[in-house]
Amino acid sequence: MKAGKSSAERVTVQTIDRPATERPWAVAAPWSRREFVKAFTGGMAVLWLVDLPRARAAQAESGSSGRRGGQRRPTALAAWLHIAADGTVTLFSGKAEVGQNVRTSLTACVAEELATPLASIRAVLADTSLVPYDAGTFGSRSTPDMVPQIRRVAATAREALVDLAAKKWSVGRDTLSAADGKIRHATSNRAIGYGELTRGEKFVLDVSDSVRLKPATDWKVLGTSVRKVDARRYVTGQHAYAVDISRPGMLHGRVLRPAAFGATLASLDASGAEAMRGVTVVRDGNFVGVTAATEHVAAQAVAALRAEWKTAPQVSERDLFAHLRSTARNAPAADASDPTTPGASRQTYTVAYIAHTPLEPRAAVAEWQGEQLTVWTGSQRPFGVHGELVQAFRLPDKSVRVIVPDTGSGYGGKHSGEAAVEAARLARAAGKPVKLVWTREEEFTWAYFRPAGVIDIASSVAADGRLMRWEYHNYNSGGAGLRALYDVPDRKEEYHGAQSPLRQGSYRALASTANHFARETHIDELARSLKLDPVEFRLKNLRDPRARAVLEAAARAFGWGQSTRRDGRGDGRGIGIALGFEKAGYVATCAEVAIDKATGKVRVVRVVESFECGAILNPDHLKNQIEGCIVQGLGGALFEAIRFENGHILNPRFSQYRVPRFSDTPAIQVVLLDRKDLTSAGAGEAPIVGIAPAVGNAIFDASGIRLRSLPLVPNGLKV
Amino acid sequence: MSNVTSLHVNGTGRTCDAAPERSLLSVLRDDLALTGAKYGCGEGQCGACTVLVDGVPIRSCQTPVGAIGPQKITTIEGLERDGRLHPLQQALLEVGAFQCAYCASGMIMSGVALLGKNPNPTEPEIIRFMDGNICRCAGYGRIIDAIKLAASAAKGGTQ
Repeated sequence: MKAGKSSAERVTVQTIDRPATERPWAVAAPWSRREFVKAFTGGMAVLWLVDLPRARAAQAESGSSGRRGGQRRPTALAAWLHIAADGTVTLFSGKAEVGQNVRTSLTACVAEELATPLASIRAVLADTSLVPYDAGTFGSRSTPDMVPQIRRVAATAREALVDLAAKKWSVGRDTLSAADGKIRHATSNRAIGYGELTRGEKFVLDVSDSVRLKPATDWKVLGTSVRKVDARRYVTGQHAYAVDISRPGMLHGRVLRPAAFGATLASLDASGAEAMRGVTVVRDGNFVGVTAATEHVAAQAVAALRAEWKTAPQVSERDLFAHLRSTARNAPAADASDPTTPGASRQTYTVAYIAHTPLEPRAAVAEWQGEQLTVWTGSQRPFGVHGELVQAFRLPDKSVRVIVPDTGSGYGGKHSGEAAVEAARLARAAGKPVKLVWTREEEFTWAYFRPAGVIDIASSVAADGRLMRWEYHNYNSGGAGLRALYDVPDRKEEYHGAQSPLRQGSYRALASTANHFARETHIDELARSLKLDPVEFRLKNLRDPRARAVLEAAARAFGWGQSTRRDGRGDGRGIGIALGFEKAGYVATCAEVAIDKATGKVRVVRVVESFECGAILNPDHLKNQIEGCIVQGLGGALFEAIRFENGHILNPRFSQYRVPRFSDTPAIQVVLLDRKDLTSAGAGEAPIVGIAPAVGNAIFDASGIRLRSLPLVPNGLKV
Repeated sequence: MSNVTSLHVNGTGRTCDAAPERSLLSVLRDDLALTGAKYGCGEGQCGACTVLVDGVPIRSCQTPVGAIGPQKITTIEGLERDGRLHPLQQALLEVGAFQCAYCASGMIMSGVALLGKNPNPTEPEIIRFMDGNICRCAGYGRIIDAIKLAASAAKGGTQ
């Protein structure tokens, strides 16, 4: 290894799961171009550089505020690609694979632009000692941000390889072509592999922003339904998630949870647990945990701890919505408009807290070697967890390595590193590696929730069906998806933060689900009050051609015009529609419900959803995302709600908190609108926003009952 | 009750030394390094821990290892035969049924049990049998499609 002197001085984090030969540089992840060049050991590397002062400054708590005016030359690595002498192509990115198939889409980007087989490409993701800094995998940002850059990275490599071959053979570069991992010169029938072209050399290139990308109409890999990378490992049980990591001498940990949110530890009698064989009890302030040789003994040891907690009274669910209103910031004055004016309408909508319930709960394995800490954990923010560990243990950046194996989902729920920090505390005290897997009850209680919220809408419509006024206030749930796509001359849309009694955070599509529920329900109410068809009413107030296109596509595929609308005659069947826009994707959802009048059970029997997010990267994976959004969204629409009282979660189990199952699944038809002329947008979130209002509107159609709270029918419909 | 010292897993005898009240799931995962079966809820509600005991699907998170005795355990790791996937594994690959795939092992073991009992299940039969398995990412429709595909492949595909 040809490490530079200064590089060699730095600490090398021991490579545990990958041989060092797979790293074409000599030290822990280089974060700057300078570090990279110093440590680079051979082959061809293409670097995507960004100006990351804010992100890195925040991470390192350096106190320097970054930008000092003027255009700075970007120096921070954001992703890069390596071509080894044997032709192996490796992509390095800080994105995390959590089931959204970003590993597959980034691999396909490289295959497309570099013109090399998918099987020759490996993506190294989300290992803080192997990949450049990345803020995290959220907000549907991988597709709009990482995809075009990875394509530029790969295209830059392709063009550089063409240049190398042109020089080697002394031929014009326009007589050469790149395909199947080789540069070919057709007239002389010569071909040379990418690895061979770079052998024994060191090429470090920066991405050229002017490099030519293949237009979507010429795509051969992108735009096709490439299968999930490593799919076979998943159906054979071979993939190791964080929960599956095992280390020599590893112990199992368990944490004692407080009696209620915000409780402080008054006293602890650990004698019973400490008397158990092989058990170590760790106490540090309010943190109490144990380690033991098996999960079973760790659970017994925690049960044997005698703790007294000091608790304080807290807001319970029955007072939630009043509490959110009363603590809201910049709450508007009471609406002064006259509600008896013809066409005026005023309504309130609410949404409950819900839980993400990723099937893999928070989990981490922590291992200390002196002051070096390595943690394997499932996360959407590997570098965020890295930062939490650096801060918790006051370690230098490079003493902490976070490895995120492809993770058992997140849905916005895995932004935080609680399990990682807890496992590291336990491991340090025990002097051995420790695995900590949160129980389902812990995941339901001590993670964070999708915010609850209250939404007030005051509107008015003209007799001809034009929206005239739209005043919209969201309390607590959030500002995402706040703005309506409809054209209204007099509009005001505001979000008011409030004090949340429960810990809340990101959830797939954020508040867009709540805002679409309120808005699209209200729109349906207006259409019904005017006796206008809900599709017609929307089109009347909508100019955006992409929105009109998805709405019309969904209605057509659903057979909206042909379906007999019941208008509350109560024969048990009804249909509803909703339109949405989120994260640059357009969505329209039609639902048909069947209500059992005897039991009040509501079943969603059929859903048609159309979606447009620009040029489609992988039609089958996109379809799968949309189907998943519909099914997951049905839970929050129909029955999911976190129940809570005085600092306790009342339903922290799958037996008490119902999520959608096979028997809840409707027949689903997905209509994809492929706009090859438009930039691709992310698709993991937008497809979830329409299902709740579409179902609510269908319930009204079937029963004449208007529901304005999510979940709609946690206990069935009272008919 | 003395410790469990042997288990019959995936066609072979395995030795272990496990307290009988420990869950079969933890012994498989932590003692025998068979990590395909997953913890999901600890109360038999999600199906991620499903393995077969004498061909019958059980929730290994709730089964004390001491209750197994000489019965034959099959886990996801034991489905492949001479490098060939079980038809349901193959069908799931073809259908592209999973996203994060944390539920996959449990889904497959439940599906294999269903096909073992009923080689030609109707859609309502599939839904009834599989309703104890939770997937949080993808729609369940693709798993239903894969079970149907595996059933038809087993019927005529391999001659």
